[in-house]
Amino acid sequence: MRGTFKAAAAAALLSAGSFGAQAQMTDGVIKIGVLTDMSGLYADFTGQGSVWSARKAVEDFGAAAKGIKVEVIGADHQNKADISSNIARQWFDVDKVDVIVDLVSTTTALAVNSIGREKNKVVLVSGAATSDLTGSQCSPNSIHWVYDTWSLANGTGNALAKTADGKSWFFVTADYAFGHALERDTSAVVEKNGGKVLGKVRHPFPGQDFSSFLLQAQASKAQVIGLANAGGDTTNAIKQAAEFGIVQGGQKLASLLIFISDIHSLGLKTAQGLTFTEAWYWDLNDNNRAYAKEFAPANKGVQPSMVHAGVYSSVLHYLKAVTALGSDGDGAKVISKMKEMPTEDRLFGKGVVRQDGRKIHDMYLFQVKKPEESKGPWDYYKLASTIPASEAFRPIEQGGCPLVK
Amino acid sequence: MFELLGVPPQALFGQLLLGLINGAFYALLSLGLAVIFGMLNVINFTHGAQYMMGAFAAWMLLQYAGLPFWVALVVAPLIIGLTGIIVERLLLSRLYHLDHLYGLLLTFGLALIFEGLFRKQFGSSGLPYQNPLPGGVNLGFMFLPWYRGFIVMFSLVVCLGTWFLIERTKLGAYLRAATENPQLVQAFGINVPRMITLTYGFGVALAGLAGVLAAPIYSVTPVMGANLIIVVFAVVVIGGMGSILGSIVTGFGLGIVEGFTKVFYPEASNTVIFIIMAIVLMIRPAGLFGTQR
Repeated sequence: MRGTFKAAAAAALLSAGSFGAQAQMTDGVIKIGVLTDMSGLYADFTGQGSVWSARKAVEDFGAAAKGIKVEVIGADHQNKADISSNIARQWFDVDKVDVIVDLVSTTTALAVNSIGREKNKVVLVSGAATSDLTGSQCSPNSIHWVYDTWSLANGTGNALAKTADGKSWFFVTADYAFGHALERDTSAVVEKNGGKVLGKVRHPFPGQDFSSFLLQAQASKAQVIGLANAGGDTTNAIKQAAEFGIVQGGQKLASLLIFISDIHSLGLKTAQGLTFTEAWYWDLNDNNRAYAKEFAPANKGVQPSMVHAGVYSSVLHYLKAVTALGSDGDGAKVISKMKEMPTEDRLFGKGVVRQDGRKIHDMYLFQVKKPEESKGPWDYYKLASTIPASEAFRPIEQGGCPLVK
Repeated sequence: MFELLGVPPQALFGQLLLGLINGAFYALLSLGLAVIFGMLNVINFTHGAQYMMGAFAAWMLLQYAGLPFWVALVVAPLIIGLTGIIVERLLLSRLYHLDHLYGLLLTFGLALIFEGLFRKQFGSSGLPYQNPLPGGVNLGFMFLPWYRGFIVMFSLVVCLGTWFLIERTKLGAYLRAATENPQLVQAFGINVPRMITLTYGFGVALAGLAGVLAAPIYSVTPVMGANLIIVVFAVVVIGGMGSILGSIVTGFGLGIVEGFTKVFYPEASNTVIFIIMAIVLMIRPAGLFGTQR
């Protein structure tokens, strides 16, 4: 069970043409390691789809035509800090990996974040959520690409706490770094809007039965029950909240982090009406739909998640920066180049990477459709509002990132 | 009104009831394990995977055959029991003459294979399954969904029925005799190997049944059993390996203990059962209801 499952070891794109300036890569090849959840709770919105997206970015970048050799490999970090650290060290030291992308849970992302810094490599986080990656833990070797706990809290928290029946909150929180960060960031938004946090309960991760915690939330009489957890914990909690008549009883559920695969797993009948924040949705525009059309057949009919899109976007920008720089040897230099160049790709459009390592783009507030509004499987979201890039992420001076002067 | 450590009594009643409901699952699963261990001397590590397969069987019956929950409640355990019989005939029966450890390794390996296959086919996020008994009743201190009430009653009936079957009927007497002295029982003209096969099938069917019961309230995912089975093993150890009554009583009892922990110190609710297990093992190594073999 242990060790590196080199789940996908290839996609070596050999140099075909020889026009243009040849970049000088450390060992003649840019090696991209997709470190992700291949088998656990989060594998459906990361996993093999992330490896596929990284390869797609390499293909769309036209590495072969530019005479650059790029290799994409993947491994399962099993959402454990020790396993992800071992693989990251092995990749950086032995396998000559230049950049690690994805990283699904907060604990694995924080662990690899510090290894990347120690080894002066590049770490591009798409899967993990904690806003500490661009706050107290920010690093000159990392960029946090898709979303973070602050942006989720800001999107969903603001939308609910601004309304008259969203003033009092109770949190059901996963008892580890990610849950704590999400709860902290959302509490701040609620209080800023004049709301009150009536209480919280921290459940072991992963949990199965949430009825006891939901009952405590029900007894608190809070108007909103904030679910500061993810994946199976969130779907189980939502399923059981429906069973215990929480929403019929007048309380609202706020699923602070939820992915399209979770909605698929819940079914629209249970999930309808949920409001939440995401960075990307496959059916939002023609570009996204075109990507999904290529993605789904290669991934058992599943539609891409915002994490998949983030892996694509981050790998593409990385390749652009490395080519512009002409070298992939110095991780910190590559990252500064990535921060210097504006980002642009077909999935996220134009954007920038801030000094603290935060990638900036619009975020969206979505609502889950009613069963009768949906045209079929995967037609799940309707856009409630767009949160402009300038407001979507934590102001740089509030994060406490030591890199920001 | 009196309060206990800052928690109003209504909340405690609610948690007591929820604990009983979770205990019902522990009891059903540990009962299957106890039956198998008691008769076969095999520690069935595939139990969690078989529970998961029960839930998936219910989903598949609904999805592909349009069969509702109530039909699945009967059919799915039969299917899972049958797969158990195949596993016993093909693999497990070849290991009886070896050390227990081999059976444990085989069943553990099978669990990983089954979970891997389901994950490959259905992904890891899980599948939707609608509640067959929506709604509930307000008891004053809590809202009790009809379905949860049904789980407690139903599993109590199944547990007591199993206990009665094994401890109070002639068939049960044969089974217990065959465990003590298989040669002698065989000499009386009873087909002991077939009885053992059916016992394993029955234990596995109990796991499948618990899985069907879980489908409407928990996410149907390939890892749903892996999360639960460790706790269930602790329940079996506390109750005493192989003790039928012990597994039922400790199953419900520990569900309640866990429920209370979720109120007073929720962070520890995953560990409390293991703390109890450690204490019980120190004081009574054979478990609360077990006898030294």
